[in-house]
Amino acid sequence: MRMTQGTFSFLPDLTDEQIGRQIQYCLDNGWAVNLEYTDDPHPRNTYWEMWGQPMFDIADAAGIMMELQSCRKAYGDRYIRLSAFDSTHGWESVKLSFIVNRPKEEPGFRLRRQEGNGRNMRYTTEPYADARPEGERYAV
Amino acid sequence: MSYLDQLGKGATPEKAAGQPQPAAAFPTNQDENPVADEVASAPPTTVDLRREYEDAGVREVLEELDRELVGLKPVKKRIRETAALLLVERARRRLGLAHETPTLHMSFTGNPGTGKTTVALKMANLLHRLGYIRKGHLVSVTRDDLVGQYIGHTAPKTKDILKKAMGGVLFIDEAYYLYRPENERDYGQEAIEILLQVMENQRDDLVVILAGYADRMDRFFESNPGFRSRIAHHIDFPDYSNDELHKIAVGMLERQNYHLTEDATAMLSRYIEHRRGQPHFANARSIRNALDRARLRQANRLFEAETGPLDAAALSEIAAEDIAASRVFLQKPGRNAEYVHPESERGDVAAFGNGEEETRP
Repeated sequence: MRMTQGTFSFLPDLTDEQIGRQIQYCLDNGWAVNLEYTDDPHPRNTYWEMWGQPMFDIADAAGIMMELQSCRKAYGDRYIRLSAFDSTHGWESVKLSFIVNRPKEEPGFRLRRQEGNGRNMRYTTEPYADARPEGERYAV
Repeated sequence: MSYLDQLGKGATPEKAAGQPQPAAAFPTNQDENPVADEVASAPPTTVDLRREYEDAGVREVLEELDRELVGLKPVKKRIRETAALLLVERARRRLGLAHETPTLHMSFTGNPGTGKTTVALKMANLLHRLGYIRKGHLVSVTRDDLVGQYIGHTAPKTKDILKKAMGGVLFIDEAYYLYRPENERDYGQEAIEILLQVMENQRDDLVVILAGYADRMDRFFESNPGFRSRIAHHIDFPDYSNDELHKIAVGMLERQNYHLTEDATAMLSRYIEHRRGQPHFANARSIRNALDRARLRQANRLFEAETGPLDAAALSEIAAEDIAASRVFLQKPGRNAEYVHPESERGDVAAFGNGEEETRP
């Protein structure tokens, strides 16, 4: 099951050229671009690991693409997310965020049902991937 | 393989013909080139070089170079030649005759104060106009910005700078300091390796200009053959003649709304002659420092004279005595006994802090 999250989530994955253009748009607006990765795809897992620091003072998308390539090299089997932070006064928030890398196989989520008192039912979802310890979830 | 190589393969032929690849990779609204769009609609069969020259704004840059920089004849000639080469290369690319990005990395050699940084700025502008780099900004660094202080510190530092320079020009001043043969565990070598790798693999994204004194750069290239083979353009900056320095001085003063009296003009010529013979002579930079001190003395003179209200002319006039007070005149050229730094001043004037010769702008 294909995990979707952030902007463009209902489009097919962006190509590198498209990612580059999105990055250039962010940079032209003066936003700081940041890369994060994780292997826990649960939707409530908000805080991913940071790949280096957010990148300020960069003029051209090629610089960020270079960083993205090295992140893919190290964590190509995990989810990588790109986010752009607008630091203008009054905004100070993430303006754009989308997934730029995903594992080859995404097993999806299991729905668990728990029977409560009476006919009460509690539902919870958990990724099949997180049965294994961190770092081994999407073995290549 | 860089991601841009992969892009190139997917690009449509019209697009590839319309704009040079680097510009086509991530075009932005601010940078859109109307000329390129017009041409993109139909693949061209002929190219009007003269028109390209005008449209790309190359002429403006070259004229600006001529106007703003005094002297430097051979440098200007080399830049003109380089511009012509790049223009023709661009035209060839439009007609599908060339596909590779030419190597644009350069080395600027010359004594201090001969305008290397200024020319690098113009070069960045020129390359941007011609579409060889996407942004046209100049990132000026020295060894300290690239090389770390402990293990594992150098690579992120160098990569950080490279990221910032992407799409523009990376200007490495006094590049030979990167390589220190006397210390084999020096981290400079690590920075050099990263630089070489990026210079080779991301030629579309970044132009590197190395600068420094001619003899030391030669030694640097000898011990780092990788650099020599990756640099296509070597430009040598000659020293300025006395007349040229004089012209530069007058230009600098004019820009700050100062002017010289007739006596002061003659005194300045004498000053330049004297200064050249003395140690730590840094061409235009020495002159700038000298002028800064002359302004200091002028201010002091006006303040101490207290002759009542002053008009604009009095405030912007540099007199002969402002220059004549310089210590340069006390020293005979070449005399090393009881050496005093020619640009150091006596008395309370020094307390204001005079421009140290080695200070970089």
